[in-house]
Amino acid sequence: MSTNTKLNARKLDSTENFYGHKACGGCGESLALRLALKVLGDEAYLSLPAGCMAAVSFIYPNMAFKNNAIITPFASTAAVTTGIAAGLEALGKKKPLSVGFAGDGGTADIGIQSLSGAIDRGEKFIYICTDNEAYMNTGIQKSGLTPFGAATTTTPSGKVIHGNINEKKNMFEIVAAHGIEYAATASVGYLEDFINKVQKAKDCAGPSYIHVYSPCPTGWGHGSEITVDLGKEVVDTGLWYLAEFEKGEFSLNLKPKDFKPVKDHLMRQNRFRHINDEEIKMIETTRDAKWAKMLKNWNI
Amino acid sequence: MKEFKMSPKPMWNSLGDIPMGSSCPSFHITDINAGWRVFKPVVDLEKCIGCYRCYFVCPDGAIHMSDDKKADVDYSFCKGCGICAHECKPKAISMIKEEK
Ligand SMILES: Cc1ncc(C[n+]2csc(CCOP(=O)(O)OP(=O)(O)O)c2C)c(N)n1
Ligand code: SF4
Ligand code: SF4
Ligand code: SF4
Ligand SMILES: [Mg+2]
Repeated sequence: MSTNTKLNARKLDSTENFYGHKACGGCGESLALRLALKVLGDEAYLSLPAGCMAAVSFIYPNMAFKNNAIITPFASTAAVTTGIAAGLEALGKKKPLSVGFAGDGGTADIGIQSLSGAIDRGEKFIYICTDNEAYMNTGIQKSGLTPFGAATTTTPSGKVIHGNINEKKNMFEIVAAHGIEYAATASVGYLEDFINKVQKAKDCAGPSYIHVYSPCPTGWGHGSEITVDLGKEVVDTGLWYLAEFEKGEFSLNLKPKDFKPVKDHLMRQNRFRHINDEEIKMIETTRDAKWAKMLKNWNI
Repeated sequence: MKEFKMSPKPMWNSLGDIPMGSSCPSFHITDINAGWRVFKPVVDLEKCIGCYRCYFVCPDGAIHMSDDKKADVDYSFCKGCGICAHECKPKAISMIKEEK
């Protein structure tokens, strides 16, 4: 068991391909996108649906990407991405690289059928889901990837109900169930691991998917300086995990020796401030059940 | 390191001056982000050990490593989020209140 460490900050291309964007200070998604583009290079063609990353990059007449990039209809990120891949191949490009970047809402809810279809077709494309656990660009609405207990504008915390009553969808395993060539989870708290996973996806012959946990200071209510810190802590508490699916097998990249306290982690984010001890117990129980399964069935 | 030159803000005096169509050249940047900052990161070059951490973690790519491997902030595009200072182990970066 080990996190992937071949690439590191020093070995990365020092040129920036994503610059001058208008994301909030400390935005986790923009950090993931910036570093992914250093690995993918400026020859990659990018498809982004509506969502924060499109909204902060294509602000007429500003264009924050060095790469060719297009805004797709919301539901069609993967369809457009594979369409571009086919076009690049038809044009005789030597190493065509077509990459989709979508948020959690654009991936797990609205774009899920086009993603499923594209994986099923088996063409080479990369899909990176930047997960900030809500529809942020339209003002923090709950998505299928919002975790239990989180307050959003559509799952507010009141006297009776404390934020979201549903569990987070397991998008990583939904994608893996397609028998995809490569899938991984990542976090902006473990950036070396993330960039190496992007490199693996780039080297893949078929479809690949990376799900990167991306804190959002504006939507989660935390200081802009702790984005990377929270992204690390969530893995250390066991509430998120670094894993891969390759050649039909799941493997865990990291197993914290002891989990860090869940309560301290959640209380650093306004969206969880209302949570009571009983609910924290529930979150810990769900976590422990998930880890028991992973440790039993997955390679370590 | 950023690779573009700032593009001039288009002068829009009449309809004909407005670029048509829904596309624009790659890296067409007309606005800087400096005005967003409340605090600005200041690097103490004596303390900086050139570990690349701040460069790695900046969501805006606003830090690059200079030829002598020290952190160099692009204040035109730094938003003052403070991640670099928070992540710098030797505490070589301080966040100083901007004077308006
Ligand atoms: C078909 C369609 N439905 C709804 C919208 C409105 N919309 C734009 S961005 C957005 C939220 C996107 O959320 P997510 O995919 O999680 O990305 P984030 O903004 O959080 O990065 C929504 C609902 C739209 N543009 N198109
Ligand atoms: S709302 Fe969140 S995801 Fe959107 S730009 Fe701001 S910090 Fe980034
Ligand atoms: S993180 Fe600190 S020590 Fe490392 S390069 Fe940046 S300023 Fe220097
Ligand atoms: S304060 Fe934020 S935007 Fe500015 S250099 Fe540091 S990490 Fe980058
Ligand atoms: Mg989102």
